[in-house]
Formats: sequence, structure tokens, C-alpha cells
Amino acid sequence: MDALLLSRLQFAAATFFHFLFVPLTLGLSVLIAIMESKYVRTGDEDYRRMARFWGKIFLINFAIGVVTGITLEFQFGTNWAQYSRYVGDIFGSLLAIEATAAFFLESTFIAVWALGWNRLSAKAHAVTIWLVAIASNLSAVWILIANSWMQRPVGYVIRNGRAELDDFVAVVTNSYAIHQFVHTISAAYILTGFFVMGVSAYHLLRKQHTVFFGKSFRMALNMALIFSIIAVVQGHMNGAKVASAQPTKLAAMESFWETRQSAPQYLLVIPDEKNQRNHLEWGAIPGALSLLAYHSTEATVKGLKDFPEEDRPPVTLTFVSFRIMVGLGVLFLVLTLIGWFKRNRLEESPRFLRIMLYSIPLPYIASEAGWTLAEVGRQPWVVYGVMRTSDAVSPIAASQVMVSLAAFVVVYSLLGAAAFFLIARHARRGPEPAPVAIVERRD
Amino acid sequence: MLESIWFILWGVLWAVYFMLDGFDLGIGTLMPFLARNETDKRIMYNAMGPFWNGNEVWLIAAGGVTFAAFPTTYAVMFSGLYTALMLILFALIFRGVAIEFRGQVDHAGWRNVWDICLTVASFLPALLLGVAFANIFQGIPIDEAGIFRGNLFSLLNPYGLLGGVFFVLMFLVHGALWLAVKSEGALHARAVALAGRLWIGLAIIAAAFLTATWFYTRLYDNYLQNPLFYMVPIVLIPLGTVAALVMIRVYIARGHWWRAWFSSSGVIVGATLFGVVGLYPNLLPSNLNPAYSLTVQNSSSSPLTLKIMLVVALIFVPTVIAYQSWVYRLFSGKVQENDLLEEEAY
Repeated sequence: MDALLLSRLQFAAATFFHFLFVPLTLGLSVLIAIMESKYVRTGDEDYRRMARFWGKIFLINFAIGVVTGITLEFQFGTNWAQYSRYVGDIFGSLLAIEATAAFFLESTFIAVWALGWNRLSAKAHAVTIWLVAIASNLSAVWILIANSWMQRPVGYVIRNGRAELDDFVAVVTNSYAIHQFVHTISAAYILTGFFVMGVSAYHLLRKQHTVFFGKSFRMALNMALIFSIIAVVQGHMNGAKVASAQPTKLAAMESFWETRQSAPQYLLVIPDEKNQRNHLEWGAIPGALSLLAYHSTEATVKGLKDFPEEDRPPVTLTFVSFRIMVGLGVLFLVLTLIGWFKRNRLEESPRFLRIMLYSIPLPYIASEAGWTLAEVGRQPWVVYGVMRTSDAVSPIAASQVMVSLAAFVVVYSLLGAAAFFLIARHARRGPEPAPVAIVERRD
Repeated sequence: MLESIWFILWGVLWAVYFMLDGFDLGIGTLMPFLARNETDKRIMYNAMGPFWNGNEVWLIAAGGVTFAAFPTTYAVMFSGLYTALMLILFALIFRGVAIEFRGQVDHAGWRNVWDICLTVASFLPALLLGVAFANIFQGIPIDEAGIFRGNLFSLLNPYGLLGGVFFVLMFLVHGALWLAVKSEGALHARAVALAGRLWIGLAIIAAAFLTATWFYTRLYDNYLQNPLFYMVPIVLIPLGTVAALVMIRVYIARGHWWRAWFSSSGVIVGATLFGVVGLYPNLLPSNLNPAYSLTVQNSSSSPLTLKIMLVVALIFVPTVIAYQSWVYRLFSGKVQENDLLEEEAY
């Protein structure tokens, strides 16, 4: 294996692992902030206990998210030196803005929140978690603007042998970034909703802390339901965005080989990548792909065969990850809708609670599948249409990358196991007991 | 002009990172030498607990700014120093996780594992950051295509290693003094005594490093060859650094812990800036041929990017300093034993 393939594997391993922790940080920070605001407004001690209980899980999750994020920033330099040199003028500045404008805020106030329960007034303490929530979501904005520039490069000129910034406003208002932000944030909030519902279901099934976890469940349900609807609706709009920005990704995610007018979508497809066709196409919805991509059932959709072979992404992986993401997205909508009808009699629906408990991993799978679609579907480009991934790698020895890749796999597996153990342990243990009301004795 | 402003900012960001995370790395390394029991250890963890995360972001900012303002330097430096940098990154992962995970399970074996991780993972970045910067000061073997022609072991040359030891000692003194500020009783007394002893080592190594710098690098050229107008302000940097080093000793003797810690901050910032000023206009000198060196001119971003990033930096860096100062003040008191009873304490 050469340095290119090893570097790609390493970056994939590092980002996938990092993104196991990011969505929960994005969503749980907001949910905890809402809990604490409710406590400040109502004085209901339950909400304070909720913020504290979920907050502890948040802190464990956050710790891994932070330390694994740092390696990503530096990997652009270590493994993708040619990329960094060629697009650093634009891409590097977006990462630097993320660090100075958002990440500092998040990392500084997370500690104030964690250790400040007795040092700050209730109101000031709630402000600190809001700062964390806003900063982490703002971080996502800048990272996604940077990623969107790789998906749909805008506002640049090729000058001095590299891509140079030409229009900063165009870069930050990239329409692709807006779509990607809504989509990623929705996914993160769905994941958080399912996580909190799943853990709550565990306790509700055991009839313990039922008031506490009933409230948690319903708050999480609202979050997951709202963003499941947004994700499905906006995900549909995303199709058109991909069609215009990256026609090869669109064709690959549908395993669509031959160019045709009023292109259908099939319910079941088995791609045959080697022979550039599909083994099976079943359940055609006439004109659906044309409609998705160009808002008209009559439109012509370009098939993979009309793109040069060296410009096509891996079809099967792109196709499968797209189907997994969409399938799970629809399932999330169904489950949250069922939850909505059962929300006031949760304890009477043990089967639904059990389903929700075992659904915790599903949004994680959907998120990773979504990123696989986004990143694998963009290949063979690292910056779509501007720079190929094969031109981006550092002039480093394969042996170096082999060693670091092995280290990533070993270290991240250990960390993942430790984090999973700690989160599961705390989640199962449940919240601290409610404070006993102090009754004054009058004799 | 813009490039030079960014060069200064680049140096300042690294200096601030070393100053802030330096005491965390120092405390982590000193843990087995200063802590006698579990309470001592927890006081040491809590002395850095509220700060380490925010401190580490200065590294991300310094890395991000290298990427944004000097992308070619970022590319060559980070790919060239691949193995050293990976070791630093993995160590920082273990350091952060050790601090956050140690207190989560009440089990001696669990805590011991993370204590070992903390110490190793604090020492290693301190050493390697010093090795890396010393090598940058003396130049590394990069060819005309910006390809690094050495390996990890070629970085471990005498001057590089001396730089590593210098950084470790600076951070150890810095960490011991921070602990002197944050602790009481016997632990405080041990921290003070150790800071005093380490100071002697630091003074000797600092003198050795400055002397070796004369022979191994060209850093002094900038101090000697410039016209008087520039020379006066920049010569204040090494002089100020030496003065700060002396003041550490004076304040330890007088029992002014905060002032001693600030003096130690002055040493770290001064030593970093001494090197950075000496480097200018190079960011990464090549020791194969000076013409291959990466400079502020040939490795910087476009003027538009530098301008936009300057606006961003001028808004956000002071903002960050303001709220981080507030956090330092909020947690400025000594860590006391009943602080350890709090649920979220480390």
C-alpha cells in the first residue's frame, strides 16, 4: 500500500471516529441548555438534576470529541501537504476562524459550566451552557463551510500555482454550506434525541426515576421529531443541490448508468459496478430521479457512462451509504411520530420503549453513512473539479503512515471502549436522588 | 508588511500556547515526584482542571494560523516533522483523556493507569516541542521542492535535544510554581522547594542553550546586523528573558508565588520570541541551502486572506484573552480539600 491509500484510510478512520462524538456534543449542549433554562425559569429541581445527569455524559463525550478533533486539524499538514499548500489560502483560514471564533469559547466555558455549579448564580450558570451550545454549533458552521468549499468550490481564482481567495463573502455564503449545515445539524439533533430517548427508555422500562426520565424522554422526542421532519424535507432538497454541484455523485448514489430523460428511481437496485450496469432494478417510480434532481419529471439526468471513467466515484459504496442514510432517516420519522402519539403513556408501551432503547446506534450509523456519501461520493476529487485526491498527499514514506495508522486504530479503539464503558455506566446508574425537602420541626 | 505582522502574531500565538499549556504539562510531568497521596494528586489535577482545555486551544489556534497565513510552511513543517508531530498529538490525546476520565471511576487501578498516561503524555510533548523548535531554529533538511530529507532521529541531534531539555525545564519550573500558587500545606512546600531546585537546572541549561545557539544557529544575526533603531527594541527580548529568569529566584525567596509564576511566564514567552525574532524573515530555514528556506514572503497566503484573517484576529484574540482572564480569576483561589468533594471535581 502506498502513502496515498494509507493516508486516506487514516483520515477516514480519524474522522469517522471523531464524528461518533460530535453530533451528541452539538445536540446535547442545546438540550442541556434548555433544561437549565427551564430550571432557572420554573425553579423545578428536576430540571437541574436533568442538566446535571445528562451533563456528565456530555462531558465524557466532549472530552473524546476534543482530543480527536485536534489530530484532524494537523493531519491536513502531516498527510495532505500538497492539498494544504494548494488550498490553504481558503481552507486554512476557515479552520483558523473556527478555532478563534468558536472553539476557544466552547472549550473555555465547558470547564466553567462543569465546575461552576457552586460558584455562579443559577442564571449565570445557565448562560455558560448556552455559550457552549452556541459555540459548538458555530464551530459546525465553520467546519461545514470549509467542507462545502471542497464539495462546491466558490470565490477563488487559480493564481501563483494555487487556489487563492477572491471573494470571501461567496465562500461563507456558499449555498452548499447552508444545505449541509441544516442537514448535519438535523442529523445531530436526531441522534441526540434518540440517545436521550433510548437511555430514558431503559429506566422507564425498569420503572425507576419515571418522572425524571419521562420528562427527559418527551424533551428529546420533541427535538428528534422536529428535526426528523426537517431532515427528510431538506434532505429531499439536498438532492437538487448535489445534482447541480456534483452530477457524478448524484449518478453514483443512484447507481444510474445510462443518461435518460424522465429518469425513474427504483425501490430496489443491486449495482454491478464492474460491468457498469445494475444486476437488478425493481419498483420504478417514473420520473422520480428527474424530479429530485431538477424539479421536473421530464428532465434529463446524466448517467455515469457519460462521465470519463477517471472522474467517477466508487459507485457501490456511495450507493449503499445513500440508501442506508435515507432508509434510516425515514425510520426516524416513523418512530418519532409513533412516539408523539404515545408520549403521555410511555410506561404502558414497553414494546415501543424497547425499540427506542435498541435504536440508539441507528442515528450513529445514519450519520456515518451520510458522511461516507458526502466524502466517497466526491471522489476522485478532494476539491471537486479543482484538485484530485491523488495530487493532495504529502511526500512522505508509506512506512511512516503505516505506523501512525496502526497507532490510530489501536489508540482510538481503546479510547472508544473506555468512553463507551463510562457513558453506559453513568447512563445505567441514573441521576442523583432528588433533594429531600427540609421540613422545619416546630415543637 | 502584512506578512510580517502575521509573522509576529504567529510567534505570539506559539508563545502564549507554551506559557499556558506549559504549566499543565509541567504539573503532569511532576505528578509522581510531588504527590504523596491521593489527595495531593487530586489537588494537582484540579489545579489545572478548569484551564487545560482552554489552554490547549491556543495550540489549535497556532496550528490554524500557520495553515491560514503560511500554508506552505504548514505543509512542509507538519509533513516533514511527521513522526514527531504524531507523537505529540497522541500524547495530547492521552493527556486530555487522562485528566477527564481519571475521576470517573473510583478504583485504584483505573486511576493508576491514567496517572501514568498523564505523566508520560505531559513529558513527551514538552520534550518534543522543544526538540522541534530547536530544530526549526537551526534549520532542517528541506530540499527545493519542500521535501524533508531527514527523519525523527536526525531531529534528535545535540542542539535539538538541548532545546528539548530546555523546554522541559521551563515547563517544570512553570508547573511547580503554578502548583505553589494553587496549593497549601506540605504539597505547597514541596512544590516551592522543587521549583527552587529546578530553577538552578533551568539557569544552567538556559545559559548552555544560548551559548549553543551561537554556534548552531544564525539567530543572533538579526540581533547584530540590524541598524540600531531596530536593535534596541529587539535586544530587550533576550535581556528581558534573562531578567525574568532572575526574578523567578527573587520572588521564590520572598514568597510571592503569583509574581514568580508571572516571571516564569515571561521566561517562556521571552525565550520563544527570542527564537522567532532571530528566525525572521524565515519561518523554516533549510540547512541544505538557504535559498530553499521558507520565508514570510515565499510561503504566505494571498494579501486578501491575510487582511481578512487580521480583522478576525484583531476581534477575536482580545475577546478570547478577556474571557479566559475572567475564567482564571473565577478559579484563582487555592484548591482546597473540600473543593474535592464537589461532584464534578477532577
